[in-house]
Amino acid sequence: MLGRQAEEKPDSPASLPVFHDLNLDQIFLALTHGREEYDLGPLLRGPLSDTESIAYRQEVMKDLESPPLRGQVEAFSERMREMRRCLVQGDKLHNEYQKMSWFLDAVDTYCDGVEGLLGGLSKSAPKSRGMQELIRFLGSYTSSAGFVTLVSDTKKLKQRISEVRYRIHIRGLLVSVGKYGGEPDYSAEVEETFRKFQEGEVGEYAVRDRLRRDAPDMNSVEEGIMDMIVRLYPDSFGELATYCRTHVGYLDKNVSRFDKEVQFYLAYLQLIQDMKAAGLDFCYPTVDDRSKSVRATETFDLALALRLVHEGASVVRNDFSLSGRERMLVVSGPNQGGKTTFARAFGQVHYLARLGYPVPGKEAQLFLSDNIFTHFEKEEQIENLRGKLQDELIRIHDQLQRATGRSVMIVNEGFSSTTASDALFLGKEVLRRAIDIGCIGVYVTFVDELSRLGEATVSVVSSVVPDNPTQRTFKMVRKPADGRAYAMAIAEKYELTRRYVKRRLSR
Amino acid sequence: MKVRLMFRDGDFNPEATLPPNAEDLTRDLALDTLLKVMARGDAFLLGVARRALLVGLDGPEEIAYRQRALNDSIEHPEVVRGIYGLSVEAIEGRRKIWPWLSESPESVLRGSVETLDLFFGILKRLRRVADEHGGSFRSEAFARFFGMIETELDDAYLLRIQEHLQELKFPDGQRMSAKLGKGFKGEDYVLRRFPVEKQNWTRRVLRRKPKYSFEVAPQDEGGHRALSEVSDNGISAVAKALRESTDRILSFFTVLRTELGFYVGCLNLREALAQLGEPICFPTASAEGLVLSSRGLYDACLALTLNKGVVSNDLRADGKGLVVITGANQGGKSTFLRSLGLAYAMTHAGMFAPAEQFSVTVSAGLFSHYKREEDPSMRSGKLDEELGRLSAIVDHIRRGCVLLSNESFASTNEREGSEIGGEVIGALLEEGVRVFVVTHLSELALRLRDLYASDALFLRAERQADGQRTFRILEGEPLSTSYGRDLYTQVFEEGKTAEALPIDVSP
Repeated sequence: MLGRQAEEKPDSPASLPVFHDLNLDQIFLALTHGREEYDLGPLLRGPLSDTESIAYRQEVMKDLESPPLRGQVEAFSERMREMRRCLVQGDKLHNEYQKMSWFLDAVDTYCDGVEGLLGGLSKSAPKSRGMQELIRFLGSYTSSAGFVTLVSDTKKLKQRISEVRYRIHIRGLLVSVGKYGGEPDYSAEVEETFRKFQEGEVGEYAVRDRLRRDAPDMNSVEEGIMDMIVRLYPDSFGELATYCRTHVGYLDKNVSRFDKEVQFYLAYLQLIQDMKAAGLDFCYPTVDDRSKSVRATETFDLALALRLVHEGASVVRNDFSLSGRERMLVVSGPNQGGKTTFARAFGQVHYLARLGYPVPGKEAQLFLSDNIFTHFEKEEQIENLRGKLQDELIRIHDQLQRATGRSVMIVNEGFSSTTASDALFLGKEVLRRAIDIGCIGVYVTFVDELSRLGEATVSVVSSVVPDNPTQRTFKMVRKPADGRAYAMAIAEKYELTRRYVKRRLSR
Repeated sequence: MKVRLMFRDGDFNPEATLPPNAEDLTRDLALDTLLKVMARGDAFLLGVARRALLVGLDGPEEIAYRQRALNDSIEHPEVVRGIYGLSVEAIEGRRKIWPWLSESPESVLRGSVETLDLFFGILKRLRRVADEHGGSFRSEAFARFFGMIETELDDAYLLRIQEHLQELKFPDGQRMSAKLGKGFKGEDYVLRRFPVEKQNWTRRVLRRKPKYSFEVAPQDEGGHRALSEVSDNGISAVAKALRESTDRILSFFTVLRTELGFYVGCLNLREALAQLGEPICFPTASAEGLVLSSRGLYDACLALTLNKGVVSNDLRADGKGLVVITGANQGGKSTFLRSLGLAYAMTHAGMFAPAEQFSVTVSAGLFSHYKREEDPSMRSGKLDEELGRLSAIVDHIRRGCVLLSNESFASTNEREGSEIGGEVIGALLEEGVRVFVVTHLSELALRLRDLYASDALFLRAERQADGQRTFRILEGEPLSTSYGRDLYTQVFEEGKTAEALPIDVSP
C-alpha cells in the first residue's frame, strides 16, 4: 500500500535537526496522536527518493480523499481496533469461558471488517494501483475455503450462545441455576403497581450499579453460575472450545499489514481536514528530480497552521518561486514578521512531498531533493559568544560538506552572535558556497546586503500594511530589502520612537 | 397524586424567585410582623407565607379558589392542622431512614421498602381522615383533594402495595433471569416471580440441594460480596422504581405540607387578630376597572405590634387611578398607606383582608417606594439613592400595577421634588399604573390636583381644631401648610417627649 520503497525499510534515525528545525516533529506528533499502535514514526521519517514511488502514493491518497471510500477504510480500521481490544481483553482474563467469549467476538469482528471492506471498496471503484491490488487480494482471500469456514463457524456459534437463557435463584448463600422457562417479569409488576407515583418530572437517580457490569472479569459467584450454565448447555460450550482451538491463527498477515499502512494516509487526511475546513488549500505537488525551478502558491507552515486553526486564528499564506539561475531566497525584515515561518514552509513542502503527501498550497512545483539541511540558531546559551559562533560554524561547515547539488538548504538567523561586519562576511561565504554546490533554499537574515549578492539570490521581505507600519501582515513578498521602515515599525510597536519616548518621559 | 390546594392546576412553588420589589415591599409594609404571627416560630411556615404574600395570584379566579379553601380551613381548623401534622410526620420519619449507607441497589431497595412502609402507613391514616371529614369540605380544592385520596388509595390498591412491600423483602430468596453478554458476563437481568414448586418442599425437608447449584461458604467474605453483586443485578430496576416512587410520594407530602402550611399560617393569623377583636373579611377581587372601596380598613401589623385594636378607616376610591394623602405629620398617613398595601398583598395571596369589607381591582404587581432614612452604603447622595430605586421600579412596573409612594422626592427641596414627582407620577398614571401617594410636599399635591383632579382622590389626615390628631384619614383637598408647628409646640412647649407620641412603626 505504500509502494515498493517502503518495503526496503530505510533505516531512518529517530531524530534529526531537520525534524525539529522545520517543526516536522510537531506534525509527526499530530499524525501519530491516537494512532500509536501503528508505529507510523519510521514511515514518517523515511522520505522517498524517486518520483515513481511518490506518484504511487499520491494515487492512493487521491483515492482515499473520496469520502465514501475513506469511510469504508476507516470503518475497517475501527473493526480491526475493536478486534484487538477483544483479544487484549481475553488475554487479561483468567476464566477459560470468558477468554473463549472474547476470542469469538474478536474473530466475528474481524470477519465483519474484512467482508465490509471488500464490499465497500468494490463499490467505490478506486483508480490507484495500490487500491486495485488490494481489491484483487481481498477477493481471493474472502473466497478461500479457510475464510469461508471461519465465517460460518463463527456465525453458528454466536447464534447458539445468544440463545442461552438462564434463571438464578439466590436464597441465603445457596445459588441455584436453571434454564429460563418464561417466568413472569416481577420488576414490571412492581413498576406497574407504583406507576401512579411516577408521573410528573423524572429525576435521575443515582442507584449505583454496583454490579460490576463494566468490570470485564467475573467474580466468584458469577464464575460459579457460569459453570452451571456450561453444564446446562454442554453441546454449545463443547463446540465453542473446539472452535477456539481450530481457528487460533485466523488473522491474515496481508490484511493486518494493510490495516497498518493505510493509517499513514488516513492520519494525514484527518489532519488536513480541519485545515481545509478553515479555508486552507492542499495540492499534489509536481516533483521533479532535475529542474531546480520551484514554485508554490498560498503555501503555509503546517505546524503553525495546526495550532492557529485550533485556536480559531487565521493563517497567512505565502508564495515562493525560484526560476532560471535563482537558487536562494534571502529573507530579511523585522522580527516576528513571519520570516522563520516562511523558511519552514519552504522546507516542509519539500519534505512532505517526498512522503507522497499533498502539501500546503494551491499549487506546487517542487524539487526532489536528496536531503534537506537546516541550520537554525540554537536557543540554548553556550558559555560565551565565541563558543557559540564556533559551534555554529562547525555545524554549518559539516552541513556544507554533506550537501550536494540536489540538496535543500534552510538557514535561519546565522551569525547573530557576532559583529555586523563579521555576520556579513560569514553570511556571504556560506551563501556563496551553498550556491556553488548547487543547493536551493532559504536564507533568513538581519543583514540586508546578503540579498544583493547576485542573480542566484532573491530578496524577500515581510510586508506591512501601508498606512500602519506597526501592523505586520506576515506576508512575504519578493522585493528589495529596505530595512528602515521595519525598524521604525518595531520601534513604534514598543513605543520607542522619539515622540513616544518623550511623551512617556513627560508623564 | 396532586395536592392542588393552592392552585387549580399547579403546585405552589416555595422556592419561587421573589419579585424584584420583594425586599422593599417587606420592609415598607412591615410584612415581617405579619409573617411572624403566621409562622408561630416555625421557619418552614414563615417561608411559605412569605412567598405566598410576595408572589401574588394572577386574577380573581385564582384568588377565589384559594379564598374558598381558606374558608373551609377556617371552618375545620383541626382537620387541616391534623393533615398538616401527618405530612410533617412523613417527612421527618423519612429523614430518619435516610441517608442510606450506600447507593447500592440492595441498600436503596431496603431503604425504599422501609420508607414506603412508613409512607403507606401515613397514607392509610390520611385515607381515614378523608373518609371521616371529606364530605364536610365545600371548596373545590379540598373536595378534589379528598376525592382523589379516596379513589387513588382504595383498599384493594393499598393491600396490593402492602403485599409487594412484603414480597420485596424476598422471604423466599431472590429469583431472576439473565442471558450471556459480552465476555459471557450476565446481562438483561430481570427479577422474576417463579411458581413455588412442590419439589422445593421435599428438597428442603430432605436438605437436598438442587442439581445445578452451589453454596457460598459462610466465612468467605469475598464470596458474600460477589453474591450481593450478582443479586444487585436483579434488583437494580425495582430499586430504581421504588426509589422514584419514594421520592414522588415524598414530594407529594412535601407539597402537601407546603400548601397546608399556607392555610395553617392563615389560621394562626386569623386567631391572633380575633383575639384582638379585629375583623377580617374575604375581599371581593375584580379583574377590570379601578375598583377600590373598604370599610373598617386597619393596619394589621400595627394592631399585632401594639397588641390591641387600632383605628380603622373607610375608603371610597372607585374609579380613581391616583390617591393622594396629605395632612398632619404623624397623623396616620403612613399607617393608612400600609393598611392599604397589606390589604392589597393579602388579597393577591388569596387571604382574608384586615377590614370589614374590601373590594379591589387586582393589580398586576405591587410596588412600594418609601423615603429611606439613610443610605447604608454611603455610595450615593440621597436623591441619587432614591431616584436609583425609583428607576429600578420603573424597570419592572407596567400597566395595571400599583405603586405605593411614601414621601418620595423629599430628599431635595420642595420645588425640585415636586417637579420631578409631578412628572414621574403623572407619567405612571397616564400609563395605567395606579398610584397611592403620601406626601407632605404641598406643591406636589397641588400640582397633581391641578393636573389630574378627575382621576384623583385626595385624602387628608384629620386634625381637630385644637391640633389633636385622630389618625383618621378623611377626604380633603391638600392644604399648603403642614402640621410641623403642632409637633414643635407639643414637644418643645408642652414638654412632651417624642417617645410619648404614637409610634409610627414604619421604618
